Amino acid sequence: MSFLLFADSANPHAIAQPARRNVLLLSGTAIALLAGREALAQGAAAKPEDLQILNTALGAEHEAVAAYQVGAESGLLQKPVLDIAVKFQGHHKQHIDVLAKTIEKLGGKAAGPKPKYEFPVAQLKTQTDVLGFAAKLEQGAVSAYLGAVPLFANRDLAKAAASILGDEAMHWAILRQALGQDPVPGAFVS
Amino acid sequence: MIAAALAIGLAAGAALKGDPQRGEEIYARCGACHAIENNRTGPRHCGLFGRRAGSVTGFAYSPAMKRSRIVWDARTLDWFLTNPLRAVPGTTMGYAGIDDAQERADLIEYLRTATANARCAR
Repeated sequence: MSFLLFADSANPHAIAQPARRNVLLLSGTAIALLAGREALAQGAAAKPEDLQILNTALGAEHEAVAAYQVGAESGLLQKPVLDIAVKFQGHHKQHIDVLAKTIEKLGGKAAGPKPKYEFPVAQLKTQTDVLGFAAKLEQGAVSAYLGAVPLFANRDLAKAAASILGDEAMHWAILRQALGQDPVPGAFVS
Repeated sequence: MIAAALAIGLAAGAALKGDPQRGEEIYARCGACHAIENNRTGPRHCGLFGRRAGSVTGFAYSPAMKRSRIVWDARTLDWFLTNPLRAVPGTTMGYAGIDDAQERADLIEYLRTATANARCAR
């Protein structure tokens, strides 16, 4: 089954503009893959800007995986905290997988990881330091996805981004709990 | 085109007094992609004020940002942060922006102090 249908072949409105591929239609399979469930959408449109937003999110997810790797290899995390960190890293790897596949299926080129990341490793001397660093990354991820959701032309991409946002928010809450902070400091995130 | 939009945007901008402590809390929203001292998914913020957009060494900017001719100061930041994609179409900063003018003022005031700290000077 085709992952997506280009508008030029599926949308009668696109026939008048055959050279344009700036409107894409996501197939039901694409939506299901991205949203992680059997949601189906009719006539969902994505724009090139959506690809850019997805790729920026992908870049941040690669960085998150690298950051958790630094934490895991630091020798500072003790079980069960280490297991939680590895689990969260695994979630970010799943985000990468879905985002990259979606970008490519939409005709874009998925960004790969950078050869090198700059993290404040000199400031990570204790488990608390590592957890605090991870919590800041997760808080930022929540905000980043919150800032991306309203930008998507395609509502299913927005829904999928919101799904990832929810996962990041859970990470942030767990890390805050581990740090002895209020895990849910407010009724809203920003 | 960006220059014209910038002129309009700056003319409409209001000057509010920012609270850097509150701005630091707001800066936490940027933490997935930005850091003061290191390039991340977004560029480092050290030396931000007075810097031309798209000019941090070693950071791969979008062509749109490199072409923008923006010089960062309180007014250009206020304009950009309101709606980054409208300010610089084609920027990789896929973020809706900060609607609240006071929050932008707080963030900008924090950035003014934090990007000129001693560690930035190194």
